[in-house]
Amino acid sequence: MNREHIAKVESAARRLRWDIVEMIGPNVRGHFGGSLSLADIVAALYFYKMRHDPKNPAWAERDRFLLSKGHAGLVQYAALAECGYYPKAELAKLKTLGSILQGHPDMRRMPGIECSTGSLGQGLSIACGMAAGLKLDGSKAQVYCVVGDGEAAEGQIWEAANAASHYKLDNLVGVLDRNRLQATGAIEKRFNTNPVVEKWESFGWHVAECDGHDAASLIAAFDALDGVHGKPKMLVARTVKGSGLPFAENDAAFHNGAVTSEQYEQARKLFCADAVH
Amino acid sequence: MTNHNLRDVYGRTLVELGKENKNVVVLEADLGKSTMTCYFEDAFPNRFFEMGIAEANMTSFAAGLSLTGKIAFTNSFAVFAAGRSYDQIRQSICLPKLNVKIVGSSAGLSDYGDGSTHQTVEDIAIMRAIPNMTVLVPADAVETAKMTRAAAAHEGPVYLRITRSDLPDVVPENEEIVIGKPYLLRDGSDVVVYACGAMVSAALEAAEAAKAQGLSLRVVNVSSLKPIDEAALKKLADGVKAIVTAEEHSLIGGLASVVTYAFRGSALPIECIGIADKFGQSAENINVLMEAYGLTAAEILKAAVAAKRKATV
Repeated sequence: MNREHIAKVESAARRLRWDIVEMIGPNVRGHFGGSLSLADIVAALYFYKMRHDPKNPAWAERDRFLLSKGHAGLVQYAALAECGYYPKAELAKLKTLGSILQGHPDMRRMPGIECSTGSLGQGLSIACGMAAGLKLDGSKAQVYCVVGDGEAAEGQIWEAANAASHYKLDNLVGVLDRNRLQATGAIEKRFNTNPVVEKWESFGWHVAECDGHDAASLIAAFDALDGVHGKPKMLVARTVKGSGLPFAENDAAFHNGAVTSEQYEQARKLFCADAVH
Repeated sequence: MTNHNLRDVYGRTLVELGKENKNVVVLEADLGKSTMTCYFEDAFPNRFFEMGIAEANMTSFAAGLSLTGKIAFTNSFAVFAAGRSYDQIRQSICLPKLNVKIVGSSAGLSDYGDGSTHQTVEDIAIMRAIPNMTVLVPADAVETAKMTRAAAAHEGPVYLRITRSDLPDVVPENEEIVIGKPYLLRDGSDVVVYACGAMVSAALEAAEAAKAQGLSLRVVNVSSLKPIDEAALKKLADGVKAIVTAEEHSLIGGLASVVTYAFRGSALPIECIGIADKFGQSAENINVLMEAYGLTAAEILKAAVAAKRKATV
């Protein structure tokens, strides 16, 4: 890791944040909260960590990124467009009839989407199956899968957690988007799924923690996980729902909310300051 | 007619497929000695995944395996395969049209001892309703082997429904099984009986018994419940005066729905034999249970007589 990597990830994260806001547009409801909390994580993966080729989305040796919390698809749509998987002009068609940008990620419509997700709890199982299949083939590819902390209330997440450790899927890296908010409020109050670290450890996973909004912290954490073998790995990333938009941060209402026209312009100023074009 | 075990043939066919294609993988939810995936486990331990009693994860895990080019067969009792994993089949597999085969074993009432919790009367209906899904119901061991192969060769999701019972051989050994095609097993001129699964042999039995009453039954095996070649299905009713359907499944959403929909607008009277919106129950053997639910050759014959009586031409 060097300063260049950090700067690249930070710059990409700002672009992803603006893409998210622009895609949804002013005065329209959209999944801001959980998408923004992932901006730095997704930037670190697509612009630093993962081996992938936008010109060849089916490259067998590519690392895979799966969004088990499919409602945050906007951040992945932004990353794929910024990487050049498809033209950025498509972003304007979000959730319109026939668009490749569906309400939730659709692998049959958008290049670079590894699996269709949206029904919570299933993506981690799919990631496990993928990791097991890659192991059978002797592939070196890694599978990265983001799980929401609200999503972790789904029982299937824990079935997958068991399966991953039983099959010693050390080519699987989970990322827990630890923003502490579910759609209707604080997890601690609404439906407490704590403790997080102890649970994943007790299921046989190697658990690491990091600041999910600090590029250096994310890069160091992902790199360190490369050296862990024999068990699946979970990176618990401390995040803020709505991260980057001061009026939306830690506000459950922005799970699926709308920004006013004034807030939209405020976001433009925040995220487009270093835009050079 | 000689009886053979469908599960056993299924398990052995999986092993053959495993030998022919290294991409065939099998997932099991702790019922391998019943679904007979134990043969595959013995032959290819690295490609066999014991997933524990966790059907939801097994189903989505299979989706992930298919995304690395594997042909994944998931296995459990039909009631759990199709019921407990419904959302995983819908979202993880059918929506993206992945190459996963869901095998529902001990289907219908065939797990007679375990009773209603382990029997399934609605799996065909649920699976048929999901877009992109193919639904296959073999009538005997011969067809089970052929359909297991057809499922593996088909690119996309398949639900394969396998009964626990031994069933008489009814499908010719040399018949090529094509998904979507209904098969004429016995010709007749008065009434056509469309049957699937265990009711195919019952229909043939009914056709034999009907001769004594001067009634000629045609028997068609509808082992592809979806897709179905409607034109071929209708052509097989050419010349008859009435129609009977027979299935070991609810009258809602299964073969009765397939046939009555295909014959919409037709003047031919139709009678349907199936389970009348009820759950199963335990019994001392399968025959007692099938009789209690009206799933017999005698009921098919009665229905054929009643249907023909209603015929106006």
